[in-house]
Amino acid sequence: MTNTTDPVGGFLRRSQWRPTEIMVWVLVIAAFFVFPDRLVLGSRVLIIAIYALSLDLLLGYGGLISLGHAAYFGTGAYAAGLIANYGWTEPISGLIGAAVIAGVLGYLAGFIIVRLNGVALLMVTLGFGLLISELANSLNDITGGSDGLNMTFAPILGHFDFDLAGQTAYIYSAAFALLAFVFVRRIVNSPFGLSLQGYRENPKRMAQIGAPMAARLRLVNALAAALAGLAGGLLTQTNQFVGLDSVGFERSADTLIMLILGGGGRLYGGLVGALVFLVGRDVFSEANPQYWYFWLGLLLVLIVLFMPQGILGGIDALLARIKRMRKAAP
Amino acid sequence: MIAALATQGLSKKFGALQVAREIDFTLPVGARHALIGPNGAGKTTFINLLTGAIEPDSGRVTLGETDITYAATHRRVRMGLVRTFQINSLFPDFTPLEAVTMTICEREGIAGRWLSSLTGHRALAEEAYALLEKLGLGDEATRMTRYLPYGRQRLLEIGIALAAKPRVLLLDEPAAGVPERESHELLEAISALPADIAIMFIEHDMELVFRFANRITVLVAGQVLCEGAPAEIAADARVREVYLGSRDHG
Repeated sequence: MTNTTDPVGGFLRRSQWRPTEIMVWVLVIAAFFVFPDRLVLGSRVLIIAIYALSLDLLLGYGGLISLGHAAYFGTGAYAAGLIANYGWTEPISGLIGAAVIAGVLGYLAGFIIVRLNGVALLMVTLGFGLLISELANSLNDITGGSDGLNMTFAPILGHFDFDLAGQTAYIYSAAFALLAFVFVRRIVNSPFGLSLQGYRENPKRMAQIGAPMAARLRLVNALAAALAGLAGGLLTQTNQFVGLDSVGFERSADTLIMLILGGGGRLYGGLVGALVFLVGRDVFSEANPQYWYFWLGLLLVLIVLFMPQGILGGIDALLARIKRMRKAAP
Repeated sequence: MIAALATQGLSKKFGALQVAREIDFTLPVGARHALIGPNGAGKTTFINLLTGAIEPDSGRVTLGETDITYAATHRRVRMGLVRTFQINSLFPDFTPLEAVTMTICEREGIAGRWLSSLTGHRALAEEAYALLEKLGLGDEATRMTRYLPYGRQRLLEIGIALAAKPRVLLLDEPAAGVPERESHELLEAISALPADIAIMFIEHDMELVFRFANRITVLVAGQVLCEGAPAEIAADARVREVYLGSRDHG
């Protein structure tokens, strides 16, 4: 792990693309050809991976817990739908618009959130999530209430219509997922990202090294909200529908579960978690759907007990152990 | 000459408890000043008032010529007023190199940049490594902080503070809890601190106080009992009575 000859270089090289990371994206492309009849599920995994990534930025890197992250996902989802229903059906600009709207909401919410931590933060984010969810429910005329909204979009780049097999949706989602990961890995490897992780490690000390954290936490809340909104917008666009499930509490809780399953603060934990969660649910609900949450609950308990750093953290620990054993027995 | 740090009539009450009473204190440039006093005398509270963790009820704090009585903590740090903690306040999952680089980024005012890569600031990471090497932490620069022995963590505590390039450094019991065999390099590091930094340190170990301090302030019940050169303090009857009294006669 440690590079004794060039410690500074070793530290800075962390921000380079690793082979395993490139593998992930090769697999994302390969999946398009290997599972042509599973592309709808595949694009769902990619979209939810962006959503979990946005929570990772907040929680995994910044140490800011949220029980109401669906507020931003849902805001983006409804914004994308409403933008189309009000006549702007071009999907890419509509999606960016949805992300910006969610980001602004996140920035404003940040003014409250940066003052809190611990249980108070949990409760306020939970309350905020419920608030936005109830707004979506009660603003019937705008959101369609419990019926949701249907809409159609213009073809992507003027050529590619969303098809039933989900080919367009998969490529569209994969492109934005790649952009989102490039964006977030850029942020976490910046000086800002380092201070964000410093805040996660020791919030009290940050002021004592001269860091004005409040402004930075507002920024990261806005960035994470924008990313969650982007994911929500993608879900709306690829489904051509938006409903209350995009903004409910379950939407907040599920992404937290995915991130913890996969492992927070490792960039790809959300993607792994989303994959395990959604594919697992797909497989289990074909066999006996009523037991899905039972198995999920069991998995969650086992992971937290035996792999507190999630699946990716567990793999890392395993690899480190193998490395040590090899060194010990030459 | 302008003092590096000064307070005038600094007072603070927690309910009925007066934790700081009319403290007048001056720390000249390059000072090695020990703050001593029995437990509960308000020494750490005094540091908290200086760094802005606690707001005073009355009185003034000035850093150089600037009034910082109500300045935010992070601003005071930027202006050169830096502290360490009695109980380690480190970044457990960071390596020392990461923690010190982060502090240097902060000092250089680039830590808010979210789209520039750390790789582009190699010089700052080099500086961080050089600082760690000087403290004797070079070999551990890329080990996770949580796995470092306690004495080394104490050193890192000072290293992080130094990375902020302080003009005034407040050390809260720098050697607290460090086992004998590890304390040597810590004391080495303290005596090697740049001469132009004004240092105030809280310490219970009198050997250390008399070794490093060229001036001592005795704080009792939130009040300055007396201040003077080490020899004067050692000879002061009131100090013996109030501070050492019960043990001497007990």
